[in-house]
Amino acid sequence: MASASPSEEPVSRGSLLNSLRVNRRILGALLVREMLTRYGRHNIGFLWLFVEPMIFTVGVTILWTATKSVHGSDLPIVAFALTGYSSVLLWRNMPGRCIGALWANLPLMYHRNIKVLDIYIARLLLEFGGATISFSVLGLILIVSGWLDPPDDVLKVAGGWLILAWFGGALAVSLGALSHNTELVDKLWHPFSYLLFPLSGAAFLVDALPRFAQEIVLWIPMVHGVEMVRDGWFGDQARAHYDLGYVIPLSMALSVVALMTVRWIGRRVVPE
Amino acid sequence: MIRVRDLRKIYPTRFGENLVLDGINFDLAMGERLGILGRNGAGKSTMIRLISGAELPTSGTIESSMSISWPLAFGGAFQHQLTGIDNIRFISTIYDQDFQSNLAFVEDFAELGPYLREPVRSYSSGMRARLAFAISMIIEFDCFLIDEISAVGDARFHDRCNAELFEKRADRAMIIISHDAAYVRDHCNRWGVLHDGKMVQYDDFELAYADFKELIGWKPPPGWQELQVSTA
Repeated sequence: MASASPSEEPVSRGSLLNSLRVNRRILGALLVREMLTRYGRHNIGFLWLFVEPMIFTVGVTILWTATKSVHGSDLPIVAFALTGYSSVLLWRNMPGRCIGALWANLPLMYHRNIKVLDIYIARLLLEFGGATISFSVLGLILIVSGWLDPPDDVLKVAGGWLILAWFGGALAVSLGALSHNTELVDKLWHPFSYLLFPLSGAAFLVDALPRFAQEIVLWIPMVHGVEMVRDGWFGDQARAHYDLGYVIPLSMALSVVALMTVRWIGRRVVPE
Repeated sequence: MIRVRDLRKIYPTRFGENLVLDGINFDLAMGERLGILGRNGAGKSTMIRLISGAELPTSGTIESSMSISWPLAFGGAFQHQLTGIDNIRFISTIYDQDFQSNLAFVEDFAELGPYLREPVRSYSSGMRARLAFAISMIIEFDCFLIDEISAVGDARFHDRCNAELFEKRADRAMIIISHDAAYVRDHCNRWGVLHDGKMVQYDDFELAYADFKELIGWKPPPGWQELQVSTA
């Protein structure tokens, strides 16, 4: 056999273990492909990856500052908007990008070393990268220009950010895989994500809410992540409410659901 | 060796379950070229997709010790916003191959010139077919799946495709689907007729073709000359 022959693989595919053993090479190729497809080579190209969320965040910050939005604390509104809206971008854009992702990439299923999960992971990495760069760059700019005090505890900010990303990612993969089976997911996600935005903790501090509202709002997983990010950023200036004992097991359970859904859909996918 | 056993595929549809393949069995060894005849919707392409691994069967097994290609002449794997070169780079990375030598081969074979640097969506269907075929040839599979390749491209392209496939890669296994009976006759050494979810196998093309013509209800028009079996 010619030496260029690809490694022989058994025909059985889609096993959970195989999907988990994510191939860096494949992911790299998928990332480049996604970036070129989405941003192309025109004007600033892939810089849009984080310029777009930055424009969003800056816009919301300006709006909230101009309208002197009530957020129930004496925290600077710039810091409030940056932490809040960046978090929204993180958990909202990941499902947005994963819903319908398999339909758009269906022909890739002909390459047997590309698995369904790879397609979602590539999109998650891209969204996470974009939101993270946007958050960090804006944070740095605001700190350097004196609009914002540096975070009290950078590690805690990162921890909260990662929890948001974890939950958002697990949600994204579950919804993405489900959306391949029913278009209801796509139809319902838009109103749901829109309605969740004001409830997600982006636009309020839990501490400022009345007691009964706090209890309700803390059922929403994103709130815990945002509160933790703010706890890390503001330290003692504000009292944060979050429970890692709730949000971590929940994200873990959702991750299992995500992998199961991907496996389920992987067995049923029909390339065109 | 590819070993297909009791392959069944059922698609759920609005009007109930559609049984497309109902117990397909065959073996395919290196150097064997299986040509499949069947009317539209007989399940030929479904079978190719199952063997390619892009889709899983409802039941039954496909064992293989060979590396199997994606269906050839299949241009769907392209990202149309990307250039030809981007697509070559992507496939090269996915299959862990040297991009530069692949690029050189595709440049030479597909004869797309500067268009290789343009988005695939600006290509004509003939150009897409040339790119698709050239990219399919850069990975050296043991078994090639060929789905209706004779439907695209001009005569020169066909000749070059045939040289790449049937001369340079005469030692490989192939499964060929085509509505062009002469093409299947000339390039295969085994034949199968797919009908009602079952596949009947033949070692003689004329027998396979006679059965196939009966299945599709084909009647020779007056003055029709039978296809001549080439003895070359």
